[in-house]
Amino acid sequence: MALEQMRPISRRYDVHEHEAPREWIDYFWRHGRSGAAGIEYGGDSDGMVQICVQAEQLCWGDAALYLRMPTPALGGSAVAAAGTPEQKARFLAGFRGDGPPVWGAMAITEANAGSDAAAIQTTARLDGDEWVLNGTKIFCTSGESASQAEGGFVVVWATLDKSAGRGGIKSFVVPARTPGMKLIGLEKKLGIRASDTATLVFEECRIPKENLLGRAEVKKQDPQKAGDKGFKGAMATFDASRPIVAAMAVGVGSASLEFTIEELARQGVAIRYDAPRVERTAIERDVIEMEAELQSARLLTWRAAWMMNKGRPNSLEASMAKAKAGLSVTRITQKAVELLGPPGYSQKLLVEKWMRDAKINDIYEGTQQINQLIVARRILDYSSSVLR
Amino acid sequence: MIDFEPSDEQRLIVETVRQFAASEVRPRARECAEARKLPDDVLARAHELGLVANALPSATGGGGERSAITSALIAEELAWGDLAIAIAILSPSLVALPVADFGTPEQQRAWLPRYTADRFVPGALALVEPSFHFDAFRPATTARPDADGFVLDGEKCFVPWLPGDDGVLVIAAEQGAAQAFWVPRDAAGLEVAPERNMGLDALPTVELRLRGVRVPASARLGGARGADVASLVNRGRVALAAAAVGVARAAFELARDYAKQRQAFGAPIATKQAIAFKLAEMAIEIDGARLLAWEAADRLDRGLPALREAAIAQHQAQRIALDVADGAVQVFGGHGYIRDYLPEMHLRNARGFACFEALSLV
Repeated sequence: MALEQMRPISRRYDVHEHEAPREWIDYFWRHGRSGAAGIEYGGDSDGMVQICVQAEQLCWGDAALYLRMPTPALGGSAVAAAGTPEQKARFLAGFRGDGPPVWGAMAITEANAGSDAAAIQTTARLDGDEWVLNGTKIFCTSGESASQAEGGFVVVWATLDKSAGRGGIKSFVVPARTPGMKLIGLEKKLGIRASDTATLVFEECRIPKENLLGRAEVKKQDPQKAGDKGFKGAMATFDASRPIVAAMAVGVGSASLEFTIEELARQGVAIRYDAPRVERTAIERDVIEMEAELQSARLLTWRAAWMMNKGRPNSLEASMAKAKAGLSVTRITQKAVELLGPPGYSQKLLVEKWMRDAKINDIYEGTQQINQLIVARRILDYSSSVLR
Repeated sequence: MIDFEPSDEQRLIVETVRQFAASEVRPRARECAEARKLPDDVLARAHELGLVANALPSATGGGGERSAITSALIAEELAWGDLAIAIAILSPSLVALPVADFGTPEQQRAWLPRYTADRFVPGALALVEPSFHFDAFRPATTARPDADGFVLDGEKCFVPWLPGDDGVLVIAAEQGAAQAFWVPRDAAGLEVAPERNMGLDALPTVELRLRGVRVPASARLGGARGADVASLVNRGRVALAAAAVGVARAAFELARDYAKQRQAFGAPIATKQAIAFKLAEMAIEIDGARLLAWEAADRLDRGLPALREAAIAQHQAQRIALDVADGAVQVFGGHGYIRDYLPEMHLRNARGFACFEALSLV
């Protein structure tokens, strides 16, 4: 699928940024759901390692087209992490049917709230049997598809009480085409251009009371220990999503590294793993370094996923994998452009695109720095108030 | 399809070795380095754990539990205690494992039982050569066949030379292909010069000069079939990768604990991101390198080609060991530079991984 369906259209949708890749969406909806990425539906964590392996392989094909696949995506992870069985059944139904393609999305980021998710300003208030949402969300991956195509949904993070900090933050499922949810823009990006990154505005946007994920109760004292599925549940989404993003990064990295090694071989440069140190060329050293970094990232990723399969807490390992994969693949893809010289920089090859695509993995789902912070807190046994 | 967890049995071994490293090895590390002498009592007690014997064939008195992964786990734990003492404890494997892998039945019967007996008997493998052009797979040392055996010529270095041993397994090229030959310590033409290196202070090592050293045909490991020296090189790389992870972990833990205790500007320095992020990076790299070593070891255990994986694991582990040890010295600041503390020793030991080969085997 990656080789035959994704690669041939990779460049086209990089150039035509806001055009929907119809042939890919339709192909995936017809053939991909039950097969390759089918296990993402239902959103449980049984097959995390498998999900990561598939994410890697599909992102080897094209990371942006992977993101554009009609799936519940992060919205699905949020529902799976914090939703009731009834909510899971209700919101994920559209992804199983014979209807047209459907997307899920997660809207967290705001202009002034990125990694500091507790600073979000979007509000929710209860009015009778409905929640009323007001605010603006940016950088919402698949936000166009999820908000416009009937049957999809956007999970929106909003606060019930700004004075309660993170304790007041809850996530709400807003079905596609709900009045009051408006798509006001699509970003123009460095890479992953086939993926729609939307700005969504919520103006008196009303959703049923049953669309809150977790409980409505606001815990002011110690929200982390309150056992509430609100903020904690939302954060738990990252334990599942970070290994997937790490796997996506590894996929882009392996595309780039594999191509580089093949191209070098074609030019008569083979990598000798048994050459003595002093005889290793600079290129051999670079490639061995790239392979070590990539494999290290891949194994950390699989470990984090494997722990999730076993039902073990994996926040530390998920952040380790994400931090390692994001940074090492950024460097690997940059090195690949350098090693291949002028053709590497040219748009005749995809190597330059992979470099642009790779960089996002070191930013979204928690930047390099926020993941380092999480790892540091864990290994030092410090709370977020001690190590800020 | 994939597993990231040692078996129950392996976990038990790790727990035992970890305790041994913490209570017996680590407390002696500095004293032994300063005295440039191994702790004989620790080597004797380590021998009682049967770490090497357990991997040897049961036919010759061993435990028959050969596993590169288990050996890698052991190497990491012991190296966490102290690299020099770890290499000494595991030194019997430098001869015993090649003999177990490639020795003729007669060689196995003659050489292996001493490693499973009550008394600790060390081992020595001479692979590395004191040359800028050293090539582990194509040694410059030669073995020339003659009427009733072989004549060896060349130079070797980083050869562990513990008291209580009587010979050394020398890797030499015989008509271009690397082979292993047992050379007695008192062989005519063998010159032995003690080394002093940057690190591994407690471990006695020597430089060997072989000038027309004659050995009988029976000294050739594996008899007429010979030995697969490339496999020994790969096994050495995996062992050293695991040991490098152990050194890195030791340095990291020292830095972590020190950073939590050391106060500056009214708070532990670990609460500063400059320090905390450095520690986070260390932790990530250590776990990544460990997984690379395990993957290479797993391939060895499954009989798959492991040249690439071993080279990658070695490359990564030696690089991160140096980075982490250097980072630990930095976190300790001035104290890191002082020999009252361990980080400077880890830094000196870690640098060695760039030029060590086959100082330990899995």
